[in-house]
Amino acid sequence: MNLTLHVWRQKNAHDKGRMEVYQARDISEHMSFLEMLDVVNEQLVEQGIDPIHFDHDCREGICGTCSLVINGAPHGHQKATTTCQLHMRHFSDGDHIYIEPFRAKAFPVIKDLVVDRSAFDRIMQAGGFVSVNTGGIPDANAIPIPKYFAEKAMDAAACIGCGACVAACKNASAMLFVGAKVSQFAHLPQGQVERERRVRAMVAQMDAEGFGNCTNQYECEAVCPKEISVEVIAKMNREYLRAATKKS
Amino acid sequence: MKLDAKIPSGPIAEKWSKHKFEMKLVNPANKRKYSVIVVGTGLAGASAAASMAELGYNVKAFCFQDSPRRAHSIAAQGGINAAKNYQNDGDSVFRLFYDTVKGGDFRSREANVHRLAEVSTAIIDQCVAQGVPFAREYGGLLANRSFGGAQVSRTFYARGQTGQQLLLGAYSALSRQIGLGKVQMYPRTEMLDVVLVDGHAKGIVVRNLVTGEVKSYAADAVVLATGGYGNVFYLSTNAMACNVTAAYRAYKRGAAFANPCYTQIHPTCIPVSGEYQSKLTLMSESLRNDGRIWVPKSADDKRAPNDIPEADRDYYLERKYPSFGNLAPRDISSRAAKEVCDEGRGVGDTGLGVYLDFADAINRLGEDTIRERYGNLFDMYERITADNPYKVPMRIFPASHYTMGGLWVDYNLESTIPGLFVLGEANFSDHGANRLGASALMQGLADGYFVIPYTIANYFAAAGAKNLSPDGKDFKRTEDEVNERTRKLLSINGKRSVDSFHRELGKIMWDYCGMARNRKGLETALQKIPELREQFWQDVRVLGTNEELNMSLENAGRVADFLEFAEVMCEDALDREESCGAHFREEYQTEDGEALRNDKKYTYVAAWEYKGVGTKPELHKEPLEFENVKLATRSYK
Ligand SMILES: Cc1cc2nc3c(=O)[nH]c(=O)nc-3n(C[C@H](O)[C@H](O)[C@H](O)COP(=O)(O)OP(=O)(O)OC[C@H]3O[C@@H](n4cnc5c(N)ncnc54)[C@H](O)[C@@H]3O)c2cc1C
Ligand code: FES
Repeated sequence: MNLTLHVWRQKNAHDKGRMEVYQARDISEHMSFLEMLDVVNEQLVEQGIDPIHFDHDCREGICGTCSLVINGAPHGHQKATTTCQLHMRHFSDGDHIYIEPFRAKAFPVIKDLVVDRSAFDRIMQAGGFVSVNTGGIPDANAIPIPKYFAEKAMDAAACIGCGACVAACKNASAMLFVGAKVSQFAHLPQGQVERERRVRAMVAQMDAEGFGNCTNQYECEAVCPKEISVEVIAKMNREYLRAATKKS
Repeated sequence: MKLDAKIPSGPIAEKWSKHKFEMKLVNPANKRKYSVIVVGTGLAGASAAASMAELGYNVKAFCFQDSPRRAHSIAAQGGINAAKNYQNDGDSVFRLFYDTVKGGDFRSREANVHRLAEVSTAIIDQCVAQGVPFAREYGGLLANRSFGGAQVSRTFYARGQTGQQLLLGAYSALSRQIGLGKVQMYPRTEMLDVVLVDGHAKGIVVRNLVTGEVKSYAADAVVLATGGYGNVFYLSTNAMACNVTAAYRAYKRGAAFANPCYTQIHPTCIPVSGEYQSKLTLMSESLRNDGRIWVPKSADDKRAPNDIPEADRDYYLERKYPSFGNLAPRDISSRAAKEVCDEGRGVGDTGLGVYLDFADAINRLGEDTIRERYGNLFDMYERITADNPYKVPMRIFPASHYTMGGLWVDYNLESTIPGLFVLGEANFSDHGANRLGASALMQGLADGYFVIPYTIANYFAAAGAKNLSPDGKDFKRTEDEVNERTRKLLSINGKRSVDSFHRELGKIMWDYCGMARNRKGLETALQKIPELREQFWQDVRVLGTNEELNMSLENAGRVADFLEFAEVMCEDALDREESCGAHFREEYQTEDGEALRNDKKYTYVAAWEYKGVGTKPELHKEPLEFENVKLATRSYK
């Protein structure tokens, strides 16, 4: 199939950026979306045009590196699918495809479609951990954890940190991302000790990074490639309230 | 070059305890005087950086991804082994040790493997304490599954995302230390060389991938945890950016490279669909528990799989290995698939595929049970191929997956360059000629959490804190060399893309140094690789400048290193005139086509010393001694 791509090009953080139009020819329906971009890039290089920069690594939907807003949707319109796992059979000959970076104040563009998501790391550094050092740990089976809670924790822990939730939200809120980590620990005995401190520190950092607030639109859940539920936001809010009523 | 493995004396089960006692310590107040660089933040690097920072050392950590959480370890699916014996099925440290040595086809160092088995249990404790949500039974205790090459259930898992959860655990420990200011983290930063001062590794030269700035960092020791080199085949199950550069450049500075020809080909991956293919996706080994592997009996049979009657199918694994059947080890299953495809009986458009059929299992257990067991894998398969594996058999084919070879290290995980330590998949240490499933995660975390924190103290105590400045002449000289290379890559301005060279190299390696090798083929590869390398340096096209984010430039540097490293791999494969584990030399096989080891001549680690580009490296041998496990022929019939 042949496609017309409208791609965001931006030389660096200071450049204003603009949409450019490229033709993608002889695209096989078996290609992944990123393989389609690889092919286009090879052609651009032949023509002496700087290839389109985009982030990617595992191409298996697990590392959270790939991004892209495709036709207005982070990771495209396929449900529960990262961009790297999106295949061209979902497009038709003659389609125009609009490809833009994840946009948010807290995710500045570095180049073309590549954005800086280090704000997520700083939120984790503020409190996304259990404070245990290596060694001297009691046996792993010393504290049984009901299967139900272990599964709940795992549901939340499945987050790949891609940032689609932020890109989809009109407020650029990071609450699904932060809520996922807070919930994971809130469901486990290991997380109880630092419960209040953790949620306070992570929320404070989230605010400092310039992420917006949640106004219950649930766009985040709709685009999340791992289908993290907005329940985690509710859980985080409860944890936060609880922490607010306790002394640190 | 002298290889001294520094294996402690005494009975195998006491070596590590004894060594820990005998090694020198750095007292708590002095630890903050020492600094260490950790390159790589996968399981091995993140766990090492966090643990050393907790002890009080000053750590600088580097990775080329935008966040330490995205290292390739994140992609591991199946699980992690540990000798907990929670299932009361007869597991023990000694059994895990024994299985690993046997699985590695008797080409690993006993003392290292035993230590790995010993510390395996503490890894699980550590991960649980970090909040890793492992799978559990209804009673709340940890669940286990079984994996290839073992007769006990010792594999811990977190759905199909074990690597992700373990890495996020290590990342959380690392993040905590970054927050506390004990680790300085440099993401999107690529190490391009190691700096030696008076023969010791004392720093690295890196390129900031966003600004292009080339800069040196100094420390009292350097730890490489930079992963494997499976992408030398271009197509592999590894993440796109996995590469050999860090290890290879250390090799060029004097670190021996051990057993580079030991590369694991995983039998169950989704086959290639076309020229544009950029990577291959693994379908977990666990599928072979219920799926049956077959091809048509006749090469001319072009019917759709469901139209081929039982009588015209060849379930070749069940036929050849009646006792292990579809669960034969990875190396054996992969070669058997290659064999039937070479006979022209492969399936799919390319003829490079075999069926993995669940029809029997669905009949026996019902679709719901199969969905419960493998639903996420079936979905992934359908997403990629648009075929529904509940209705038609999956098509699978072997692909490059893991590299047992790596930089040579002694018992302390120190390379032949003093002060340069190597952890995780980047070293060669524990898996011999073939790695068992669920053992790489175990090794990465063992090295990082429980080995390096001890052995690095021993080095520091002897070498002292140097507090070197990264402006010294050794640093400047190395920086100049790095800059010169970048300038060269950008100035060629030829006609071919970097990827086109990588693809061509991958094909040479797959054809001549892949699942099966022979002298003639390896010699052909050794002729083709230098030719291709020459073309690369004359005709590669890298656009853009150094002073910006430039992914073609990054990639060009990595492919340039693969183009040199590939020769070392072929030399190693040529030298090893035997078949062992994943290394299958067609000249050395039994009458019925099984690997034929030559223990008299080849019970050694092959450690290669760099002698210049295009010059044959020098082989050094570390003899392997087996005092606790008897050398035997692996049989899975
Ligand atoms: C699809 C798949 C599934 C797997 N499943 C399992 C499993 O179920 N069980 C199991 O035990 N094993 C499994 N493995 C193997 C296992 O995942 C890896 O061997 C292991 O995770 C490697 O960890 P590592 O820390 O050594 O390296 P990696 O995780 O690869 O990390 C390498 C790090 O080094 C950095 N780096 C590399 N070069 C440079 C440089 N030049 N400069 C700066 N940074 C650099 C990278 O940024 C990264 O942070 C699987 C592998 C694959 C491919
Ligand atoms: S590239 Fe890893 S999730 Fe898409």
